[in-house]
Amino acid sequence: MRVSALEKTANYVILSLFALYAIFPIVTIAVTALRPKIGVTDPGLHIENFAEAWELGKFGSALTNSVLVALLVVSVALTFSVLAGYAFGTMRFRGSTFLFYLFLLGLMVPAEAIVIPLFFDLRTLGLTDTIWAVALPQIAQSVAFGTFWMRSQFRAMPPNLIEAASIDGAGGLRALVRIMIPPALPSIATVAVLMFMWTWNEFLIPLVMSPSGVWRTAPLGLSIFKGQYTADHALLSAAGVIIAAPIVVAFLFLQRYFINGMLEGAAKE
Amino acid sequence: MARKRREAPSAVVRGRLTPYLYLLPAFLVYAGFLLYPLLRAAQFSLYDWPGFGPSTFVGLGNYVDLLSDRRFLAAVTHALTLIIFYSILPLVVGLVLAAILRRGKVKGLGVFRVLIFMPQVIALVVVAVAWYQIYAPNGYLNALLSAVGLEGLTRGWLGDPTFALPAVGMVGFWLQTGLVMLLLLAGMGRIPNDQYEAARLDGAGPIREFFAITLPAVKAEITTALVLTIIAALKTFDLVYVTTGGGPGTATTVPSYEVYNRAFNLKEVGSASAVAVVLTILVFLINVVVSRIGEEKR
Repeated sequence: MRVSALEKTANYVILSLFALYAIFPIVTIAVTALRPKIGVTDPGLHIENFAEAWELGKFGSALTNSVLVALLVVSVALTFSVLAGYAFGTMRFRGSTFLFYLFLLGLMVPAEAIVIPLFFDLRTLGLTDTIWAVALPQIAQSVAFGTFWMRSQFRAMPPNLIEAASIDGAGGLRALVRIMIPPALPSIATVAVLMFMWTWNEFLIPLVMSPSGVWRTAPLGLSIFKGQYTADHALLSAAGVIIAAPIVVAFLFLQRYFINGMLEGAAKE
Repeated sequence: MARKRREAPSAVVRGRLTPYLYLLPAFLVYAGFLLYPLLRAAQFSLYDWPGFGPSTFVGLGNYVDLLSDRRFLAAVTHALTLIIFYSILPLVVGLVLAAILRRGKVKGLGVFRVLIFMPQVIALVVVAVAWYQIYAPNGYLNALLSAVGLEGLTRGWLGDPTFALPAVGMVGFWLQTGLVMLLLLAGMGRIPNDQYEAARLDGAGPIREFFAITLPAVKAEITTALVLTIIAALKTFDLVYVTTGGGPGTATTVPSYEVYNRAFNLKEVGSASAVAVVLTILVFLINVVVSRIGEEKR
Protein backbone atom coordinates (compact mmCIF):
# COMPACT_ATOMS: atom_id res chain seq x y z
CA MET A 1 0.00 0.00 0.00
CA ARG A 2 1.41 3.33 -0.98
CA VAL A 3 1.18 6.24 1.36
CA SER A 4 1.77 9.76 0.14
CA ALA A 5 4.60 11.83 1.59
CA LEU A 6 2.09 14.33 2.87
CA GLU A 7 0.15 11.70 4.74
CA LYS A 8 3.34 10.29 6.18
CA THR A 9 4.39 13.69 7.46
CA ALA A 10 0.97 14.27 8.95
CA ASN A 11 1.20 10.95 10.76
CA TYR A 12 4.52 11.88 12.31
CA VAL A 13 3.19 15.26 13.37
CA ILE A 14 0.12 13.70 14.99
CA LEU A 15 2.16 11.02 16.76
CA SER A 16 4.71 13.54 17.98
CA LEU A 17 2.10 15.92 19.30
CA PHE A 18 0.35 13.11 21.05
CA ALA A 19 3.57 11.75 22.53
CA LEU A 20 4.40 15.26 23.76
CA TYR A 21 0.99 15.51 25.38
CA ALA A 22 1.51 12.13 27.06
CA ILE A 23 4.83 13.02 28.61
CA PHE A 24 4.22 16.71 29.29
CA PRO A 25 3.05 16.31 32.91
CA ILE A 26 5.90 13.89 33.54
CA VAL A 27 8.47 16.27 32.13
CA THR A 28 6.85 19.08 34.08
CA ILE A 29 7.40 17.31 37.35
CA ALA A 30 11.02 16.52 36.49
CA VAL A 31 11.68 20.14 35.54
CA THR A 32 9.90 21.59 38.56
CA ALA A 33 11.96 19.33 40.81
CA LEU A 34 15.09 21.20 39.71
CA ARG A 35 13.70 24.68 40.28
CA PRO A 36 14.43 26.72 43.40
CA LYS A 37 12.20 25.89 46.34
CA ILE A 38 10.26 28.55 48.20
CA GLY A 39 12.60 31.13 49.72
CA VAL A 40 15.52 30.26 47.45
CA THR A 41 16.48 32.79 44.80
CA ASP A 42 19.67 31.31 43.30
CA PRO A 43 19.26 30.55 39.64
CA GLY A 44 20.47 27.26 38.23
CA LEU A 45 19.57 23.64 38.80
CA HIS A 46 18.71 22.73 42.36
CA ILE A 47 19.70 19.11 42.66
CA GLU A 48 19.75 19.51 46.45
CA ASN A 49 15.93 19.49 46.35
CA PHE A 50 16.12 15.72 46.01
CA ALA A 51 18.26 15.31 49.10
CA GLU A 52 15.99 17.59 51.08
CA ALA A 53 12.78 15.90 49.94
CA TRP A 54 14.39 12.52 50.68
CA GLU A 55 15.15 13.63 54.26
CA LEU A 56 11.86 15.40 54.93
CA GLY A 57 9.69 12.63 53.55
CA LYS A 58 11.73 9.78 55.09
CA PHE A 59 11.73 8.21 51.64
CA GLY A 60 14.60 5.91 52.60
CA SER A 61 12.31 3.80 54.74
CA ALA A 62 9.32 4.19 52.41
CA LEU A 63 11.35 2.89 49.44
CA THR A 64 12.78 0.05 51.52
CA ASN A 65 9.23 -0.93 52.49
CA SER A 66 8.14 -0.76 48.87
CA VAL A 67 11.00 -3.01 47.78
CA LEU A 68 10.31 -5.55 50.52
CA VAL A 69 6.56 -5.63 49.89
CA ALA A 70 7.06 -5.92 46.13
CA LEU A 71 9.62 -8.73 46.50
CA LEU A 72 7.31 -10.64 48.80
CA VAL A 73 4.23 -10.15 46.63
CA VAL A 74 5.93 -10.96 43.33
CA SER A 75 7.86 -14.02 44.53
CA VAL A 76 4.94 -15.63 46.34
CA ALA A 77 2.26 -14.70 43.81
CA LEU A 78 4.43 -15.84 40.90
CA THR A 79 5.21 -19.24 42.47
CA PHE A 80 1.58 -19.89 43.39
CA SER A 81 0.36 -18.73 39.97
CA VAL A 82 2.75 -21.01 38.09
CA LEU A 83 1.65 -24.01 40.17
CA ALA A 84 -2.05 -23.21 39.77
CA GLY A 85 -1.68 -22.32 36.08
CA TYR A 86 0.10 -25.66 35.55
CA ALA A 87 -2.85 -27.53 37.05
CA PHE A 88 -5.45 -25.57 35.08
CA GLY A 89 -3.47 -25.64 31.87
CA THR A 90 -2.37 -29.27 31.69
CA MET A 91 -4.52 -31.42 33.95
CA ARG A 92 -8.07 -32.65 33.85
CA PHE A 93 -9.93 -32.76 37.10
CA ARG A 94 -13.37 -32.44 38.59
CA GLY A 95 -14.51 -28.87 39.15
CA SER A 96 -11.69 -27.33 37.10
CA THR A 97 -14.05 -25.07 35.14
CA PHE A 98 -15.83 -23.86 38.26
CA LEU A 99 -12.56 -23.24 40.10
CA PHE A 100 -11.14 -21.39 37.12
CA TYR A 101 -14.12 -19.06 36.94
CA LEU A 102 -13.80 -18.51 40.65
CA PHE A 103 -10.24 -17.26 40.07
CA LEU A 104 -11.39 -15.19 37.12
CA LEU A 105 -13.85 -13.41 39.39
CA GLY A 106 -10.90 -12.01 41.30
CA LEU A 107 -9.87 -9.94 38.27
CA MET A 108 -13.00 -7.87 38.71
CA VAL A 109 -13.09 -7.35 42.47
CA PRO A 110 -11.98 -3.82 43.29
CA ALA A 111 -9.65 -3.33 46.27
CA GLU A 112 -12.26 -0.97 47.69
CA ALA A 113 -14.60 -3.93 48.16
CA ILE A 114 -12.29 -6.02 50.29
CA VAL A 115 -10.23 -3.48 52.18
CA ILE A 116 -12.79 -2.74 54.94
CA PRO A 117 -13.30 -6.29 56.22
CA LEU A 118 -9.60 -7.00 55.73
CA PHE A 119 -8.72 -4.08 57.97
CA PHE A 120 -11.10 -4.98 60.78
CA ASP A 121 -10.51 -8.73 60.66
CA LEU A 122 -6.72 -8.43 60.50
CA ARG A 123 -6.82 -5.84 63.28
CA THR A 124 -8.65 -8.37 65.45
CA LEU A 125 -5.86 -10.85 64.69
CA GLY A 126 -3.25 -8.20 65.51
CA LEU A 127 -1.87 -8.30 61.97
CA THR A 128 -2.47 -4.73 60.81
CA ASP A 129 0.77 -2.73 60.61
CA THR A 130 2.68 -5.84 59.58
CA ILE A 131 4.08 -6.57 56.13
CA TRP A 132 1.57 -9.43 55.87
CA ALA A 133 -1.42 -7.11 56.10
CA VAL A 134 -0.02 -5.05 53.23
CA ALA A 135 1.26 -7.96 51.12
CA LEU A 136 -1.27 -10.79 51.46
CA PRO A 137 -4.26 -8.98 49.89
CA GLN A 138 -2.01 -7.94 47.01
CA ILE A 139 -0.73 -11.51 46.65
CA ALA A 140 -4.37 -12.63 46.39
CA GLN A 141 -5.07 -10.07 43.66
CA SER A 142 -1.90 -10.90 41.75
CA VAL A 143 -2.57 -14.64 42.03
CA ALA A 144 -5.95 -14.17 40.37
CA PHE A 145 -4.33 -12.54 37.36
CA GLY A 146 -1.21 -14.75 37.43
CA THR A 147 -3.16 -18.00 37.44
CA PHE A 148 -5.25 -16.82 34.54
CA TRP A 149 -2.12 -15.77 32.62
CA MET A 150 -0.06 -18.91 33.32
CA ARG A 151 -2.98 -21.18 32.46
CA SER A 152 -3.21 -19.77 28.95
CA GLN A 153 0.58 -19.98 28.54
CA PHE A 154 0.71 -23.64 29.54
CA ARG A 155 -2.38 -24.45 27.48
CA ALA A 156 -0.75 -22.99 24.41
CA MET A 157 2.23 -25.31 24.71
CA PRO A 158 2.41 -28.22 22.27
CA PRO A 159 0.76 -31.29 23.83
CA ASN A 160 3.52 -33.59 22.62
CA LEU A 161 5.98 -31.68 24.79
CA ILE A 162 4.01 -32.70 27.83
CA GLU A 163 3.48 -36.22 26.53
CA ALA A 164 7.20 -36.58 25.97
CA ALA A 165 7.78 -35.54 29.53
CA SER A 166 5.35 -38.05 30.81
CA ILE A 167 6.81 -40.87 28.70
CA ASP A 168 10.24 -40.04 30.06
CA GLY A 169 8.73 -40.59 33.45
CA ALA A 170 9.10 -37.00 34.46
CA GLY A 171 5.90 -36.46 36.37
CA GLY A 172 4.55 -33.47 38.19
CA LEU A 173 6.98 -30.97 39.57
CA ARG A 174 9.95 -32.19 37.54
CA ALA A 175 8.04 -31.87 34.29
CA LEU A 176 6.99 -28.39 35.32
CA VAL A 177 10.45 -27.19 36.21
CA ARG A 178 12.42 -28.95 33.47
CA ILE A 179 10.03 -28.85 30.53
CA MET A 180 7.20 -26.40 31.01
CA ILE A 181 8.90 -23.43 32.64
CA PRO A 182 11.93 -22.87 30.36
CA PRO A 183 9.94 -22.06 27.19
CA ALA A 184 7.48 -20.01 29.27
CA LEU A 185 10.17 -17.80 30.80
CA PRO A 186 9.47 -14.71 28.68
CA SER A 187 5.82 -14.77 29.62
CA ILE A 188 6.70 -15.44 33.26
CA ALA A 189 8.96 -12.39 33.11
CA THR A 190 6.09 -10.35 31.71
CA VAL A 191 3.68 -11.26 34.46
CA ALA A 192 6.39 -10.66 37.07
CA VAL A 193 6.96 -7.18 35.68
CA LEU A 194 3.24 -6.40 35.79
CA MET A 195 2.86 -7.71 39.34
CA PHE A 196 5.84 -5.62 40.40
CA MET A 197 4.41 -2.47 38.84
CA TRP A 198 0.97 -2.94 40.36
CA THR A 199 2.42 -3.60 43.80
CA TRP A 200 4.84 -0.68 43.61
CA ASN A 201 2.04 1.70 42.63
CA GLU A 202 -0.67 0.37 44.95
CA PHE A 203 -2.10 3.03 47.20
CA LEU A 204 -5.32 2.04 48.97
CA ILE A 205 -4.18 -1.23 50.53
CA PRO A 206 -1.03 0.13 52.27
CA LEU A 207 -2.98 3.25 53.24
CA VAL A 208 -5.61 1.25 55.08
CA MET A 209 -3.70 -1.82 56.21
CA SER A 210 -0.88 0.05 57.93
CA PRO A 211 -2.66 2.83 59.82
CA SER A 212 0.35 3.73 61.96
CA GLY A 213 2.52 4.05 58.87
CA VAL A 214 5.24 1.52 59.81
CA TRP A 215 4.64 -0.17 56.48
CA ARG A 216 4.18 3.04 54.58
CA THR A 217 5.18 2.40 50.96
CA ALA A 218 6.54 4.98 48.54
CA PRO A 219 3.23 6.25 47.05
CA LEU A 220 1.86 6.79 50.56
CA GLY A 221 5.01 8.58 51.60
CA LEU A 222 4.42 10.93 48.70
CA SER A 223 0.79 11.60 49.62
CA ILE A 224 1.75 12.44 53.19
CA PHE A 225 4.59 14.59 51.93
CA LYS A 226 2.10 16.43 49.76
CA GLY A 227 -0.08 17.07 52.78
CA GLN A 228 2.81 18.85 54.44
CA TYR A 229 4.57 20.59 51.57
CA THR A 230 1.68 21.27 49.20
CA ALA A 231 2.80 24.81 48.50
CA ASP A 232 6.40 23.96 47.71
CA HIS A 233 6.14 22.60 44.19
CA ALA A 234 9.89 22.12 43.82
CA LEU A 235 10.19 19.84 46.86
CA LEU A 236 6.92 18.08 46.07
CA SER A 237 8.08 17.40 42.52
CA ALA A 238 11.44 16.16 43.74
CA ALA A 239 9.57 13.73 45.99
CA GLY A 240 7.43 12.67 43.02
CA VAL A 241 10.52 11.97 40.93
CA ILE A 242 12.01 9.88 43.74
CA ILE A 243 8.88 7.67 43.81
CA ALA A 244 8.46 7.38 40.05
CA ALA A 245 12.12 6.98 39.09
CA PRO A 246 12.56 3.27 39.92
CA ILE A 247 9.54 2.19 37.91
CA VAL A 248 10.33 4.53 35.00
CA VAL A 249 13.89 3.19 34.79
CA ALA A 250 12.55 -0.37 34.96
CA PHE A 251 10.04 0.50 32.25
CA LEU A 252 12.66 1.93 29.93
CA PHE A 253 14.77 -1.24 30.23
CA LEU A 254 11.94 -3.76 30.20
CA GLN A 255 9.41 -1.88 28.08
CA ARG A 256 8.82 -4.87 25.85
CA TYR A 257 7.53 -6.85 28.83
CA PHE A 258 5.47 -3.96 30.19
CA ILE A 259 3.73 -3.04 26.97
CA ASN A 260 3.23 -6.49 25.51
CA GLY A 261 2.08 -7.73 28.87
CA MET A 262 -0.49 -5.03 29.33
CA LEU A 263 -1.78 -5.26 25.78
CA GLU A 264 -1.86 -9.06 25.71
CA GLY A 265 -3.25 -9.40 29.19
CA ALA A 266 -5.95 -6.95 28.28
CA ALA A 267 -6.73 -8.68 25.01
CA LYS A 268 -7.12 -12.05 26.69
CA GLU A 269 -9.55 -10.82 29.29
CA MET B 1 -13.07 -15.45 26.91
CA ALA B 2 -14.79 -15.82 23.60
CA ARG B 3 -12.00 -17.90 22.18
CA LYS B 4 -12.70 -21.40 21.16
CA ARG B 5 -11.75 -23.59 24.01
CA ARG B 6 -9.10 -26.16 23.34
CA GLU B 7 -9.07 -29.54 24.94
CA ALA B 8 -6.45 -29.54 27.67
CA PRO B 9 -3.37 -31.51 26.73
CA SER B 10 -3.18 -34.99 28.13
CA ALA B 11 -2.53 -35.10 31.81
CA VAL B 12 1.01 -35.65 33.00
CA VAL B 13 -0.12 -36.47 36.43
CA ARG B 14 -2.45 -39.30 37.17
CA GLY B 15 -2.97 -39.05 40.92
CA ARG B 16 -6.50 -37.91 41.58
CA LEU B 17 -5.60 -35.38 44.21
CA THR B 18 -2.49 -34.06 42.50
CA PRO B 19 -4.15 -31.22 40.55
CA TYR B 20 -5.72 -29.95 43.75
CA LEU B 21 -2.36 -29.94 45.48
CA TYR B 22 -0.97 -27.65 42.79
CA LEU B 23 -3.96 -25.35 43.19
CA LEU B 24 -3.95 -25.33 46.95
CA PRO B 25 -1.43 -22.55 47.77
CA ALA B 26 -2.95 -20.14 45.24
CA PHE B 27 -6.45 -21.03 46.30
CA LEU B 28 -5.80 -20.59 50.02
CA VAL B 29 -4.38 -17.10 49.69
CA TYR B 30 -6.97 -16.15 47.10
CA ALA B 31 -9.90 -17.45 49.15
CA GLY B 32 -8.59 -16.06 52.41
CA PHE B 33 -7.66 -12.60 51.26
CA LEU B 34 -10.05 -11.92 48.41
CA LEU B 35 -13.13 -14.15 48.39
CA TYR B 36 -13.67 -14.27 52.13
CA PRO B 37 -13.32 -10.49 52.63
CA LEU B 38 -15.72 -9.99 49.73
CA LEU B 39 -18.35 -12.06 51.54
CA ARG B 40 -17.54 -10.27 54.79
CA ALA B 41 -18.11 -6.92 53.06
CA ALA B 42 -21.57 -8.12 52.07
CA GLN B 43 -22.16 -9.16 55.69
CA PHE B 44 -20.84 -5.86 57.13
CA SER B 45 -23.19 -3.96 54.84
CA LEU B 46 -26.17 -5.36 56.76
CA TYR B 47 -25.07 -3.82 60.04
CA ASP B 48 -24.82 -0.42 61.60
CA TRP B 49 -21.33 -0.29 63.09
CA PRO B 50 -18.93 2.56 63.89
CA GLY B 51 -15.87 0.28 63.71
CA PHE B 52 -15.72 -0.55 67.43
CA GLY B 53 -18.09 -1.82 70.10
CA PRO B 54 -21.41 -3.50 69.38
CA SER B 55 -23.12 -3.52 66.00
CA THR B 56 -26.81 -3.42 65.15
CA PHE B 57 -28.37 -5.55 62.44
CA VAL B 58 -30.26 -3.29 60.05
CA GLY B 59 -30.93 -5.67 57.15
CA LEU B 60 -30.94 -3.77 53.89
CA GLY B 61 -31.28 -0.48 55.78
CA ASN B 62 -27.89 0.81 54.64
CA TYR B 63 -28.80 0.22 51.01
CA VAL B 64 -32.18 1.90 51.46
CA ASP B 65 -30.45 4.89 53.04
CA LEU B 66 -28.11 5.15 50.05
CA LEU B 67 -31.06 5.75 47.75
CA SER B 68 -31.73 9.08 49.40
CA ASP B 69 -28.13 9.84 50.36
CA ARG B 70 -27.09 12.96 48.45
CA ARG B 71 -23.36 12.38 48.95
CA PHE B 72 -23.70 8.90 47.54
CA LEU B 73 -25.90 9.93 44.64
CA ALA B 74 -23.46 12.71 43.81
CA ALA B 75 -20.61 10.17 43.89
CA VAL B 76 -22.41 7.85 41.46
CA THR B 77 -23.23 10.74 39.12
CA HIS B 78 -19.59 11.77 39.19
CA ALA B 79 -18.42 8.24 38.44
CA LEU B 80 -20.74 8.11 35.42
CA THR B 81 -19.45 11.49 34.27
CA LEU B 82 -15.88 10.26 34.65
CA ILE B 83 -16.68 7.34 32.34
CA ILE B 84 -17.10 9.89 29.53
CA PHE B 85 -13.60 11.20 30.20
CA TYR B 86 -11.94 7.88 30.98
CA SER B 87 -13.58 5.70 28.35
CA ILE B 88 -15.66 7.38 25.68
CA LEU B 89 -13.29 10.24 24.79
CA PRO B 90 -10.17 8.04 24.80
CA LEU B 91 -11.99 5.52 22.63
CA VAL B 92 -13.04 8.13 20.06
CA VAL B 93 -9.66 9.86 19.98
CA GLY B 94 -7.82 6.54 20.13
CA LEU B 95 -9.79 5.16 17.20
CA VAL B 96 -9.10 8.18 15.04
CA LEU B 97 -5.40 8.25 15.88
CA ALA B 98 -4.93 4.51 15.46
CA ALA B 99 -6.81 4.48 12.15
CA ILE B 100 -4.67 7.29 10.81
CA LEU B 101 -1.51 5.50 11.88
CA ARG B 102 -2.63 2.16 10.48
CA ARG B 103 -2.91 3.67 7.02
CA GLY B 104 0.56 5.07 6.95
CA LYS B 105 3.44 2.84 7.91
CA VAL B 106 5.16 4.78 10.61
CA LYS B 107 8.76 4.13 11.46
CA GLY B 108 9.97 4.52 15.00
CA LEU B 109 6.64 3.38 16.36
CA GLY B 110 8.61 1.66 19.14
CA VAL B 111 9.85 4.97 20.53
CA PHE B 112 6.40 6.53 20.32
CA ARG B 113 4.91 3.49 21.99
CA VAL B 114 7.23 3.91 24.94
CA LEU B 115 6.42 7.61 25.31
CA ILE B 116 2.68 7.19 24.84
CA PHE B 117 2.55 4.29 27.26
CA MET B 118 4.42 6.15 30.01
CA PRO B 119 1.32 7.47 31.88
CA GLN B 120 0.23 3.88 32.58
CA VAL B 121 3.46 3.05 34.34
CA ILE B 122 3.74 5.88 36.82
CA ALA B 123 1.99 5.66 40.19
CA LEU B 124 -1.28 7.56 40.17
CA VAL B 125 -0.07 9.47 43.18
CA VAL B 126 2.78 10.94 41.18
CA VAL B 127 0.44 11.61 38.27
CA ALA B 128 -1.89 13.36 40.71
CA VAL B 129 0.91 15.55 42.06
CA ALA B 130 1.94 16.52 38.52
CA TRP B 131 -1.59 17.50 37.53
CA TYR B 132 -2.19 19.18 40.86
CA GLN B 133 0.60 21.57 39.93
CA ILE B 134 -0.63 22.06 36.39
CA TYR B 135 -4.08 23.03 37.71
CA ALA B 136 -2.79 25.17 40.60
CA PRO B 137 -3.74 28.90 40.65
CA ASN B 138 -0.12 29.72 39.75
CA GLY B 139 0.26 26.57 37.65
CA TYR B 140 1.06 25.82 34.01
CA LEU B 141 -2.49 25.84 32.72
CA ASN B 142 -3.18 29.34 33.98
CA ALA B 143 0.21 30.50 32.76
CA LEU B 144 -0.64 29.16 29.31
CA LEU B 145 -4.04 30.86 29.30
CA SER B 146 -2.51 34.18 30.34
CA ALA B 147 0.17 33.85 27.68
CA VAL B 148 -2.46 33.62 24.94
CA GLY B 149 -4.47 36.50 26.36
CA LEU B 150 -7.19 34.51 28.12
CA GLU B 151 -6.52 35.77 31.66
CA GLY B 152 -10.27 35.91 32.18
CA LEU B 153 -10.45 32.10 32.15
CA THR B 154 -7.77 31.50 34.76
CA ARG B 155 -8.82 30.00 38.08
CA GLY B 156 -7.85 27.44 40.69
CA TRP B 157 -9.18 24.58 38.60
CA LEU B 158 -9.43 21.94 41.30
CA GLY B 159 -10.97 24.37 43.78
CA ASP B 160 -13.73 25.49 41.44
CA PRO B 161 -16.98 23.53 42.02
CA THR B 162 -17.88 23.65 38.32
CA PHE B 163 -14.50 22.75 36.89
CA ALA B 164 -13.05 20.39 39.50
CA LEU B 165 -14.73 17.25 38.13
CA PRO B 166 -13.89 17.89 34.46
CA ALA B 167 -10.34 18.69 35.61
CA VAL B 168 -10.09 15.30 37.30
CA GLY B 169 -11.71 13.78 34.22
CA MET B 170 -9.10 15.26 31.91
CA VAL B 171 -6.41 13.50 33.93
CA GLY B 172 -8.29 10.28 33.20
CA PHE B 173 -8.38 11.15 29.50
CA TRP B 174 -4.66 11.79 29.56
CA LEU B 175 -4.08 8.53 31.42
CA GLN B 176 -6.14 6.22 29.20
CA THR B 177 -5.91 7.54 25.65
CA GLY B 178 -2.44 6.15 24.99
CA LEU B 179 -3.37 2.71 26.28
CA VAL B 180 -6.55 2.63 24.21
CA MET B 181 -4.72 3.77 21.11
CA LEU B 182 -2.01 1.11 21.44
CA LEU B 183 -4.60 -1.56 22.07
CA LEU B 184 -6.50 -0.57 18.93
CA LEU B 185 -3.31 -0.27 16.92
CA ALA B 186 -2.39 -3.82 17.90
CA GLY B 187 -5.80 -4.98 16.70
CA MET B 188 -5.58 -3.04 13.46
CA GLY B 189 -2.14 -4.50 12.81
CA ARG B 190 -3.81 -7.85 12.23
CA ILE B 191 -5.97 -6.57 9.37
CA PRO B 192 -4.46 -7.90 6.14
CA ASN B 193 -3.26 -5.17 3.81
CA ASP B 194 -5.07 -6.62 0.80
CA GLN B 195 -8.41 -5.81 2.43
CA TYR B 196 -7.48 -2.17 2.22
CA GLU B 197 -6.14 -2.57 -1.30
CA ALA B 198 -9.41 -4.16 -2.40
CA ALA B 199 -11.45 -1.42 -0.79
CA ARG B 200 -9.40 1.21 -2.57
CA LEU B 201 -9.81 -0.49 -5.88
CA ASP B 202 -13.54 -0.31 -5.21
CA GLY B 203 -13.08 3.40 -4.74
CA ALA B 204 -13.55 3.60 -0.98
CA GLY B 205 -12.24 6.75 0.66
CA PRO B 206 -10.60 6.84 4.08
CA ILE B 207 -13.91 7.29 5.89
CA ARG B 208 -15.71 4.39 4.22
CA GLU B 209 -12.59 2.32 4.65
CA PHE B 210 -12.69 3.08 8.38
CA PHE B 211 -16.31 2.05 8.84
CA ALA B 212 -16.21 -0.91 6.48
CA ILE B 213 -12.89 -2.51 7.40
CA THR B 214 -11.09 -1.01 10.35
CA LEU B 215 -13.92 -0.62 12.83
CA PRO B 216 -15.41 -4.13 12.46
CA ALA B 217 -11.97 -5.69 12.76
CA VAL B 218 -11.24 -4.18 16.17
CA LYS B 219 -14.54 -4.97 17.93
CA ALA B 220 -12.74 -7.17 20.41
CA GLU B 221 -10.18 -4.49 21.22
CA ILE B 222 -12.93 -1.90 21.64
CA THR B 223 -14.69 -4.17 24.10
CA THR B 224 -11.49 -4.70 26.03
CA ALA B 225 -10.68 -1.00 26.04
CA LEU B 226 -14.14 -0.13 27.32
CA VAL B 227 -14.06 -2.70 30.11
CA LEU B 228 -10.60 -1.65 31.26
CA THR B 229 -11.22 2.09 31.17
CA ILE B 230 -14.72 2.01 32.68
CA ILE B 231 -13.43 -0.02 35.59
CA ALA B 232 -10.54 2.42 35.97
CA ALA B 233 -13.05 5.29 36.02
CA LEU B 234 -15.07 3.59 38.75
CA LYS B 235 -11.95 2.93 40.79
CA THR B 236 -10.51 6.44 40.73
CA PHE B 237 -9.39 6.58 44.32
CA ASP B 238 -5.75 7.72 44.49
CA LEU B 239 -6.32 10.58 42.09
CA VAL B 240 -9.25 12.01 44.03
CA TYR B 241 -7.62 11.38 47.39
CA VAL B 242 -4.50 13.32 46.43
CA THR B 243 -5.90 16.12 44.26
CA THR B 244 -9.24 17.13 45.77
CA GLY B 245 -10.20 14.86 48.68
CA GLY B 246 -13.64 14.73 47.06
CA GLY B 247 -14.06 18.50 47.25
CA PRO B 248 -14.79 21.31 46.96
CA GLY B 249 -17.87 20.27 48.92
CA THR B 250 -18.83 17.02 47.24
CA ALA B 251 -17.92 18.20 43.74
CA THR B 252 -15.46 15.40 42.97
CA THR B 253 -16.38 12.60 45.34
CA VAL B 254 -16.67 9.15 43.74
CA PRO B 255 -17.91 5.80 45.09
CA SER B 256 -14.42 4.43 45.75
CA TYR B 257 -13.57 7.57 47.73
CA GLU B 258 -16.88 7.29 49.60
CA VAL B 259 -15.98 3.74 50.66
CA TYR B 260 -12.81 4.99 52.30
CA ASN B 261 -14.33 8.21 53.63
CA ARG B 262 -17.31 6.50 55.25
CA ALA B 263 -15.32 3.69 56.82
CA PHE B 264 -12.33 5.61 58.12
CA ASN B 265 -13.33 9.26 58.45
CA LEU B 266 -17.06 9.14 59.20
CA LYS B 267 -16.91 5.82 61.08
CA GLU B 268 -19.90 4.41 59.22
CA VAL B 269 -18.52 0.97 58.41
CA GLY B 270 -21.89 -0.55 57.47
CA SER B 271 -22.71 2.21 55.03
CA ALA B 272 -19.16 2.10 53.60
CA SER B 273 -19.53 -1.64 53.01
CA ALA B 274 -22.86 -1.08 51.28
CA VAL B 275 -21.17 1.38 48.92
CA ALA B 276 -18.36 -1.15 48.36
CA VAL B 277 -20.89 -3.86 47.48
CA VAL B 278 -22.74 -1.55 45.10
CA LEU B 279 -19.43 -0.61 43.47
CA THR B 280 -18.48 -4.27 43.03
CA ILE B 281 -21.86 -5.12 41.52
CA LEU B 282 -21.50 -2.17 39.16
CA VAL B 283 -18.08 -3.38 38.01
CA PHE B 284 -19.46 -6.88 37.43
CA LEU B 285 -22.48 -5.66 35.52
CA ILE B 286 -20.39 -3.43 33.29
CA ASN B 287 -18.03 -6.32 32.55
CA VAL B 288 -20.91 -8.60 31.63
CA VAL B 289 -22.87 -6.04 29.61
CA VAL B 290 -19.91 -4.70 27.63
CA SER B 291 -18.58 -8.20 26.88
CA ARG B 292 -22.04 -9.33 25.78
CA ILE B 293 -22.43 -6.41 23.43
CA GLY B 294 -18.93 -6.98 22.10
CA GLU B 295 -19.66 -10.63 21.37
CA GLU B 296 -23.05 -10.09 19.83
CA LYS B 297 -21.78 -7.77 17.17
CA ARG B 298 -19.00 -10.05 16.11
